[in-house]
Amino acid sequence: MKKLFKSLAVASILGALMSPQALAEKAKGHKDATNYSFSFEGIFGTFDRAQLQRGFLVYKEVCSSCHGLEKLSYRNLGEPGGPEFSKAEVKAIAAENEVIDGPNSEGEMFERPGKPADRFVSPFPNKQAAKASNNGALPPDLSLITKARSGWHGTLRSLFTYSLFNGSGGPEYVASLLSGYGHEAPNGEEKDGLSYNPFFSSLWIAMPEQLSEDGVEYADGTKATIEQQAKDVAVFLTWAAEPKMEERKSLGLIVLLYMAVFSAMLYLVKKAIWRNVKH
Amino acid sequence: MSTVEEVEGTRRDFLYIATGAVGAVGVAGAIWPFIDQMNPDASVRALSSAEFDLAPIEEGQGITVTWRGNPVFIRHRTPKEIAAANATPMSDLKDPIARNVNVAEGSDAADKNRVVDGKEQYLVMMAICTHLGCVPVGEAGDYDGWFCPCHGSHYDTAGRIRKGPAPRNLDVPPYKYISDSKIVIG
Amino acid sequence: MSGHSNYEFKNPVVNWLDSRLPIVSLIKGQAMDFPTPKNLNYWWTFGGILAIMLVIQLISGIVLVMHYTPNTAMAFASVEHIMRDVNYGWLLRYMHANGASMFFVAVYIHIFRGMYYGSYKEPREVLWMLGVFIFIAMMATAFMGYVLPWGQMSFWGAKVITSLFSAIPFVGDPIVTWLWGGFNVANPTLNRFFSLHYLLPFVLAALVFLHIWALHVPGNNNPTGVEPKSDADTLPFHPYYTMKDLYAIMLFLMVMFAFVFFAPNYMGHADNYIEANPLVTPTHIVPEWYFLPFYAILRSIPDKLLGVIAMFSSLLILLALPWLDSSRVRSGKYRPIFKQLFWLFVFDCLVLGVVGGQPAEGIWLIIGRIATAYYFLHFIILLPLIGLLESPKPLPASISEDVLAKSDAKSS
Repeated sequence: MKKLFKSLAVASILGALMSPQALAEKAKGHKDATNYSFSFEGIFGTFDRAQLQRGFLVYKEVCSSCHGLEKLSYRNLGEPGGPEFSKAEVKAIAAENEVIDGPNSEGEMFERPGKPADRFVSPFPNKQAAKASNNGALPPDLSLITKARSGWHGTLRSLFTYSLFNGSGGPEYVASLLSGYGHEAPNGEEKDGLSYNPFFSSLWIAMPEQLSEDGVEYADGTKATIEQQAKDVAVFLTWAAEPKMEERKSLGLIVLLYMAVFSAMLYLVKKAIWRNVKH
Repeated sequence: MSTVEEVEGTRRDFLYIATGAVGAVGVAGAIWPFIDQMNPDASVRALSSAEFDLAPIEEGQGITVTWRGNPVFIRHRTPKEIAAANATPMSDLKDPIARNVNVAEGSDAADKNRVVDGKEQYLVMMAICTHLGCVPVGEAGDYDGWFCPCHGSHYDTAGRIRKGPAPRNLDVPPYKYISDSKIVIG
Repeated sequence: MSGHSNYEFKNPVVNWLDSRLPIVSLIKGQAMDFPTPKNLNYWWTFGGILAIMLVIQLISGIVLVMHYTPNTAMAFASVEHIMRDVNYGWLLRYMHANGASMFFVAVYIHIFRGMYYGSYKEPREVLWMLGVFIFIAMMATAFMGYVLPWGQMSFWGAKVITSLFSAIPFVGDPIVTWLWGGFNVANPTLNRFFSLHYLLPFVLAALVFLHIWALHVPGNNNPTGVEPKSDADTLPFHPYYTMKDLYAIMLFLMVMFAFVFFAPNYMGHADNYIEANPLVTPTHIVPEWYFLPFYAILRSIPDKLLGVIAMFSSLLILLALPWLDSSRVRSGKYRPIFKQLFWLFVFDCLVLGVVGGQPAEGIWLIIGRIATAYYFLHFIILLPLIGLLESPKPLPASISEDVLAKSDAKSS
């Protein structure tokens, strides 16, 4: 009886330390994302501009043939806190895409080159078309992907303090998944039209491996290994999901510093007012 | 004894005032985001320029386009209209200022200051009556220019106010020619 | 609330106004001169913190509505528009979302403080009951607010919670259809939730007004539970408690803004950044953390109707608390057995919270059932019983005496 009580107590304390998602069911062999360290982590973290630009290149040359980025506009690429492409570069990037506009005075829709104010052009006109071109699997829009996925699942990493300081692991998940192909399933199993990837929740993912060694050519001379490309595009997508991150953190430092000073002053005021009262 | 008490009292007063001042700064800073959120957002600001092709507009014809959500008149004026505008003596104008941000500030409202040099036939101006914001009607009014039906303002063929309650000539938006027949507004 | 002013003001304009509408003397009497026990500890600052949180939620909410679109086709995108394009939109939304969580942090502390010090006891029963209604209104507001971004958790949370009503015999299904305005959670549902999410906070504000009114009739309880006997036991609310509360509010806001600026999605759920899809249920639906204990109670009972009844009873039983506690001593400080049971109850609620976040299977189901049983046991059996059985410690004669005894003990 005592033992039962003890194990119950231990279980509940352990449970209390887990985040709610902690013990969500988990396929056998499913791996936690690799905890890469990224420059944007921590309260002083900022994006590495060169890395964002490299990540954009990977998105443009590899991902964008199936995945949209519909919440972003081309102008975002030139805004502070992002890849910070020059005005001319943003214009050129936008103009590479054909945007459907209209109707014109004859009532017809027409195509025109994109402008910075346009939203990113999605590769498919609608979800049905996207599914039809991808064996029935829908390639998700990537605008929010790093916020919509978590990287930590069943291990000690789901301790709530861990995710407080390391985030939900969304960017790490994207990087791990993209570089996590090439393993054989534990029992040598193969599935038609699916690839084995230990970082994917059900282990079998409809997207085949996309990145290859030197699959893109980086202008800054960085060696384009698979892992490098995966990390770069994950960082780019982290920015895409939260373009105001740098503004948020820098404002946050000022606000918290102010609040610390002001509460110290309030403490002194309170003490001065209460100085003659026994309480 | 009393001086100690006084010094302490002064120090306390200073603390209270300083805390109040720091608090006031904080409140002011905290209010700003709630005010600024009502200003045009980034997607609205991004649409602040628009291109238009003037070639399809025939002489004597006017079109209305939209720029930043507002109507803009583009009129291909006839030589007769231009001549009428040029013939008007400056003393007849209610508002003697050009109201054209593309020319030097304070220029007079002569017809040449309402258009681009060499492109006198194209008059580009905001279709917003300077009285209270209605859209004037074209080829109407006592001066065969524009007439605002809301409160009866008459504009001439250069869009200058001649009669009625409106205080200013119709505003010319910022625009420039990017080719022989294409303009970009904004 | 009195008709005529007892105050005489130096400023003739103020006097003129006050003799016609005694609002100045109301503020002076109720918010400045109001006699407040001098021994209130920092747990008492949460009332002021909650008032500020309500104001923050109201203002940030009203401002968000200026940019949000309550339509299933546009809701998710309009939230992203707020996050990306609206000036400081990200700050306003993160404030509102984290503010809701921090509101609940504060309200739970406030409730447990009331429980520990017996603040629900005679003559403060109505004050307590109004507090319970405020808590319920907060939960309804938070639930409907969580639906508005129209993410996966919004949608499936709305579906699961509204489906609770289908447990009602005979009329359950028509009621659910009525709540939805259709045959599934859809645009009509989103629109009515938006309307009610805007309305309820004002109901909440009215309830808070009544709550404060009911507080100002008997005055504050205090850590000794002994009512003030003379002027020596109290202090004017201003500046003593206004400044103490302000200091505590600032500290609390610092915690909140640390989340807003540096971990804004920590208390949220990743699935809610996926747009609602009525065809795909996320593998693991969990409500926001503040609902987890009640969610655990719901799931611990294997019968649909009984589960729903248990969940609502766990809230409504709080209304009966003033009559379930049979002790004549108010403050838990002087009740040795109650004190231990109180902490056991707090632990039980935490356990329920953890269980509510886990899949309802295996060991979690068992723990959840034990914790649910104990929750009700605490109210129905233990509280009435120990009031009769335990022998409380001697009470101080007055607040001043207690304060003096403590400061003597400190100095010796």
